[in-house]
Amino acid sequence: MSTTSHNLAAPGTPGRVCGTTGLHVCFDAQRFIKLNAVSGIVFLLLGGIAALLLALTRWQTVHLLPVDWFYRILTFHGLNMLIFWILFFEVAILYFACTTPLNARLYSKKVAWLSFALMLVGALMTDYIILKGQADVMMTSYLPLLAHPVFYLGIILVAVGTLIGVFNFFATLYVAKRDKAYTGSMPIVTFGALAAAIIAVVTLLHGAVVMIPTFTYSMGWTAEPDPIWYRLIWWGLGHQSQQVNVCAMVSVWYLLTHIVLGSRPINEAVCRSAFVLYILFINLASAHHLLVDPAVGATWKIWNTSYAMYLAVLASMVHGFTVPAGVEVAMREKGYTSGIFGWVTALPWKNPAFSGTALSVVIFGFLGGITGVTLGTQQINIIAHNTLRIPGHFHVTVVGGTTLAFMALAYYVIPLIFQRDFIWRGLARVQPWLFGLGITLLAFGMSFAGSMGVSRRSYDIDAQGVYGPAAHLWLGVLGIGGVLAFLSLLIFVVLCVGTLFFGQKIEGRPMADWGTPRALAGTTPGSLAHDHYATKGTMVLTLVFLACFVVYYFANWKALADVWPVR
Amino acid sequence: MSLRPLTAPWFHGPAGHEKIWLGCAILWCFVMSLMMPYWHFRGKQNSTGEAYTVKPADFLARTEKFVAANRVGTYKHPGNALLGEVPVVEPPPGGDAYLIGRMWQWYPALRLRQGETYRIHLSALDLQHGFSLQPLNMNFQAVPGYDHVLTLTPTSKGEFTIVCNEFCGIGHSSMTGKIFVE
Amino acid sequence: MKNEPKIHPWQKLMDNPWLLLVLGVLIPVLSYSVWGWIELLFTKPALLP
Repeated sequence: MSTTSHNLAAPGTPGRVCGTTGLHVCFDAQRFIKLNAVSGIVFLLLGGIAALLLALTRWQTVHLLPVDWFYRILTFHGLNMLIFWILFFEVAILYFACTTPLNARLYSKKVAWLSFALMLVGALMTDYIILKGQADVMMTSYLPLLAHPVFYLGIILVAVGTLIGVFNFFATLYVAKRDKAYTGSMPIVTFGALAAAIIAVVTLLHGAVVMIPTFTYSMGWTAEPDPIWYRLIWWGLGHQSQQVNVCAMVSVWYLLTHIVLGSRPINEAVCRSAFVLYILFINLASAHHLLVDPAVGATWKIWNTSYAMYLAVLASMVHGFTVPAGVEVAMREKGYTSGIFGWVTALPWKNPAFSGTALSVVIFGFLGGITGVTLGTQQINIIAHNTLRIPGHFHVTVVGGTTLAFMALAYYVIPLIFQRDFIWRGLARVQPWLFGLGITLLAFGMSFAGSMGVSRRSYDIDAQGVYGPAAHLWLGVLGIGGVLAFLSLLIFVVLCVGTLFFGQKIEGRPMADWGTPRALAGTTPGSLAHDHYATKGTMVLTLVFLACFVVYYFANWKALADVWPVR
Repeated sequence: MSLRPLTAPWFHGPAGHEKIWLGCAILWCFVMSLMMPYWHFRGKQNSTGEAYTVKPADFLARTEKFVAANRVGTYKHPGNALLGEVPVVEPPPGGDAYLIGRMWQWYPALRLRQGETYRIHLSALDLQHGFSLQPLNMNFQAVPGYDHVLTLTPTSKGEFTIVCNEFCGIGHSSMTGKIFVE
Repeated sequence: MKNEPKIHPWQKLMDNPWLLLVLGVLIPVLSYSVWGWIELLFTKPALLP
């Protein structure tokens, strides 16, 4: 990439030109990317330690924690993983996406500080009160369960802080456009981040609407909010925050396949339209959590749970095609053209950023997506609601999908933003594979145990006297998967933190190459730009995916048809 | 390029393989969209969310009345002290039955007849509870303040256990109940 | 810039973050939250027959 086209368009902005990509990096943005990313990784470690304890408790043979600490650690795990780790890292991604690709400066340092401080204080307050044992209410804190007011206040601060960070993102977009830092349309990575930011606004609005009256109730100032109303609005926070993840993750897929392989969306209009479908319709799926609830009717349930006739699923299926198709085209243009899958074997599987991305796509799509849509089918939810099938689903979306994609991103963010090369690079190459394996085992264990009726958020399955050896076996698989995933997470954190302290400084030179396939002699980039039939391999892969989807979906209808009639 | 603003015109319709895939995906989404309304009218397992608001105390009083009028026996769980002794109650075929979730038992135990249809009124007194009928694995939410009506037709005989699958405090994992079908 | 070819309205939507923000907030709030809230408000009291 040439550096000449990317001189400082916003004069007077302190920044540097990246020695690897030639892109301009705004120093303010860089500082807050660092702060937010590091905080995120710290919360990831906290949540990870909790995950290990939980896996070793649900593994019925080990049954590590006492009962009160099991529920306490479960509350702690949910909030640290699903809210704190993800939100901090997403703010880092937003700050990156609105500055460097647009050649823009961050709108405000003060606003960024305010956002960061509120988020950090809120997260620490919440963690403190949970560990003190005064908020054993699960992440969802369903009323009439009641926690200490500090619990709700902490979550409100995190939400407000994140909203302020999102405001900084929008203001940066506005200023970049106004000052003509760029012309034309924003790049796809920024567009995906925009989708994430818009969804974050909806999410955090719901968070405010539900958490503020709950906080005032916990202080004794107002009456108790209605428990179903709480469920309705809380899931506008709880589910939608995970849709922020989906958008951020898909952006990271586009970003990393571009950085590693030089791939580009085969059709910008289609990819962007898919993000627009996310923006407009993905948030309806908060209804997934109320499908067997009283007082909301079947029409509301069916319409909302289907994302208005599966338009957001269509969007995911589009990304699931265009991401590998972009990779296939890039590889074929580099000369790896043999057969249908010759390009697959030539991919840089030892590059942790690439393997992490590829595993994220496969785990999210094949496991997470298929299970999510099926369990979110209104009637099928009857045989899935609140069983271990639900965490079995979202551990392959949020962890195998989003967290793994964010880990993959870190293998470039740390060299490019922190300006240090990774230590122990051999270990880094193994890490995404170990994580993918661990999470997949964990999710299989959960899903199969859940199919046998084992409930989520339950300390013990022996007291009921209804679960046999098969359920115990799958809980063992869950435990082993959890231990493997934790080991890999630990390796990741040690690598990241170790690199921040001991990694070789980069300063001006390109970062050490993780391994990228070279273009073979006699090939030209862009040679397949107008060949619309160059993605045979992707076509086969996506049709296999569709076949799995259809089989799993109708198998679940069959299972549903076998239970008692109910209306 | 994924990381650069687009200046050249980029707005094109889908073509080739992408168009084929898009067609497959739209078709599949359409099939899934039809399945839920289809099952709602033709399928036998649905959650319509039929519910009425109710004060927990009123619901408890109505349940006690139901127990007093239809009691046929007592059930004592062999190993579970939390469940203790609960009355076994047989509602008239086609009639109403009341089922309470509270910390930490399902009250009362029900005796139903195979092939008959019952209106089971499900509610919670203190916290939210999860009605999870095992080993069938049918799950519904029980919420304080709401009378959740399940129109249920048992089609298999035997002893069924209701597990609680919504977190409700320290005794949650031991919270059970019983439905007997004859 | 004046002589450029006409831009498709769909592209105009995609180039407009603010319109997307408004639609992205309105649709879920109306379809999920407001509709759901109305369903709860219209729940009738139980007769307990």
